[in-house]
Amino acid sequence: MEYFLQQLINGITLGAVYALIAIGYTMVYGIIGMINFAHGEIYMIGAFIAVISFAVLGLVGVTWVPLALVIVLIVSMVITGLYGWTVERIAYRPLRGSSRLAPLISAIGMSIFLQNYVQIAQGAKIKPLQPMVRGGIELMKGETFSVTLSYLQIMIVLLTLALMAGFSWLIAATPLGRAQRACEQDRTMAALLGVNTDRTISLTFVLGAVLAAVAGVMVSLYYGVVDFYIGFLAGLKAFTAAVLGGIGSMQGAMLGGLLIGLIEAFWSAYFSIEYKDVAVFGILVVVLIFRPTGLLGRPEVEKV
Amino acid sequence: MSVVDRLRDALMAAFVAAVLALPLIGFETVDTGGPLGIRTRFDWIAYAAIVVFLGRFGMRYALDWRRRYRESLVDKLDPVEAIKHKSLLSDLGRKADKWLMPVLIGFAVILPFMPFATRTVVDLATVVLIYVMLGWGLNIVVGLAGLLDLGYVAFYAVGAYTYALLSQHFGFSFWLCLPLAGLFAASFGVILGFPVLRLRGDYLAIVTLGFGEIIRIVLLNWQVVTGGPNGISGIQRPSFFGIPFTNSPPEGTKAFHEVFGLEFASVHRIIFLYYVILVLALVTNLFTNRIRKLPVGRAWEALREDEIACKALGINPTNTKLTAFAIGAMFGGFAGSFFATRQGFISPESFTFIESAVILAIVVLGGMGSQAGIVLAAAFLTLLPEIAREFSLFRMLAFGAAMVLIMVWRPQGLLSHREPTLRLPRTAGGEAKP
Repeated sequence: MEYFLQQLINGITLGAVYALIAIGYTMVYGIIGMINFAHGEIYMIGAFIAVISFAVLGLVGVTWVPLALVIVLIVSMVITGLYGWTVERIAYRPLRGSSRLAPLISAIGMSIFLQNYVQIAQGAKIKPLQPMVRGGIELMKGETFSVTLSYLQIMIVLLTLALMAGFSWLIAATPLGRAQRACEQDRTMAALLGVNTDRTISLTFVLGAVLAAVAGVMVSLYYGVVDFYIGFLAGLKAFTAAVLGGIGSMQGAMLGGLLIGLIEAFWSAYFSIEYKDVAVFGILVVVLIFRPTGLLGRPEVEKV
Repeated sequence: MSVVDRLRDALMAAFVAAVLALPLIGFETVDTGGPLGIRTRFDWIAYAAIVVFLGRFGMRYALDWRRRYRESLVDKLDPVEAIKHKSLLSDLGRKADKWLMPVLIGFAVILPFMPFATRTVVDLATVVLIYVMLGWGLNIVVGLAGLLDLGYVAFYAVGAYTYALLSQHFGFSFWLCLPLAGLFAASFGVILGFPVLRLRGDYLAIVTLGFGEIIRIVLLNWQVVTGGPNGISGIQRPSFFGIPFTNSPPEGTKAFHEVFGLEFASVHRIIFLYYVILVLALVTNLFTNRIRKLPVGRAWEALREDEIACKALGINPTNTKLTAFAIGAMFGGFAGSFFATRQGFISPESFTFIESAVILAIVVLGGMGSQAGIVLAAAFLTLLPEIAREFSLFRMLAFGAAMVLIMVWRPQGLLSHREPTLRLPRTAGGEAKP
């Protein structure tokens, strides 16, 4: 029982991180119908910026943890957002209106480029990060095993919930959200009605990158290590989460992320840690067979 | 655009570059044992900004010049001529499948006997041909049937491991394993395709991607059978229809050089392998060209264009897609078993996602559906990392950048002409009959 509860906590934390990345995929897919393959790399860049900023702050002498955290979050969000914008501007905007495959190849190229760029700039070694947020609450004490909920886990989940709430509000109630939903439904019509579609799409990429940056900061704190290769698998799983929840749907991405996190945590706890990724993809296939649009996706009506 | 505008634009780009470079290039993390140390490299940021400034400034000029050139062309010529002039490459593509392929095939046949064909050159050409074959195989799935497959390397891996395991445990020869590997890979394609081919295209992409990862993870962890990360080594080399390529053949048999009365040279086997893959690749090409004229091939292309219309005409989309998927997988399996026999050693390292991405890039860069374009793209993408081997650190960086730039430059691929499957017979006047 204690073990189960602990895995539940770990799974929810992991799921929160996947959900943050998945939103970036689902938004971009919703608005321009492309798989932004470089999104995992954007998340990795967010994590690297976090590690570097922490090191720089440590040298400058900012050691009060809450202040350091806030500064790192802001720095990472701003610069990673700019990375997201630049990637869209260079690799995707010139390809708007061409076939479905061209942006995908361009995105794969971008992903390879960014991965190697970080590897060259920062080295291939794993970067360690000193634990910053220590301690936690002991929820339950078993005979051999006690359940702890660390402060860091609380922080990750709360921050994710806050961002999700803010984001849902942004989509539902602001002019930007309205423009975004309009572009999602019909880009040509939105443009005819005076929506600046290029800017809306750019902002979508920036927002996705900002959320991925938060995920990157959280993961670097949570695991304490970062390397240039983390983006691939995390991106793949986050995309799986987006598809599982129903791509294009914001709530779907959150639900999918949570599910993927839980599956991964429980599978590694009860079955085998080597095959946890196999389990994730296996469940994706099973879900898609029975619900081809994902859990919360709207069925698409095809018209001739 | 005035010069001031251009300067402002370039300055803006340089500023963005400087901000982007600040954390990742400006600071370098150093291991100090305890917390990470930091070394600064602010001069690099300046270089990056200058490069971007000049690049952006030059690019705007080039773009404006191209636009003016095209506009002047439109003024001079009548519209029809202008469109014809618009792109030399697409015109090339139209002719490419007609004359480029025979030239390429002719060159490929005589290549090992050219004076410059050293062992390295033939080896490299073999690698290019493996990718050409993989590209042609994937082209059936992506180019003809329009299914987005991001895990093609899984079938390649299935083929390679099929041969490696069968030859190690049962002593099967390469020529016996080749069809078996294809069959095996095709059945994997059917097993995977059956549940997911009913889904919309993009779901297929993610499921195939996941499948590719699953195969790799299984190969990595199923130690008893696959040898895990150590892979399988000492795979049997192919023989010339039973005649081995060795210096010291076992008692009672003759080696290749003895049978043909040649001096022993290890290059014989390399040349032989080269011809094997050349024949395999050409078979793939021939098969593709022929099957496009059969009902099933036409159904693939029709499905790619309009699925609803196909359903209305009584084509079963799932079964039709499944055949394309299985046949594409089969050629992947052939290529895989060739890869295993050539390397003599395989491990999960060779079957990562990046391989799938490269093969897909070959198909798309080449211009979807163009057989000759795939050859050019395969040669380009395999030779680029080889040429850049001295800058080994930067070669994957250049590879990624090249993929982006080519797509931005020519989104429809290098040679983007697709030969029509059917042509209306022409009358003497050159007009198509109604």
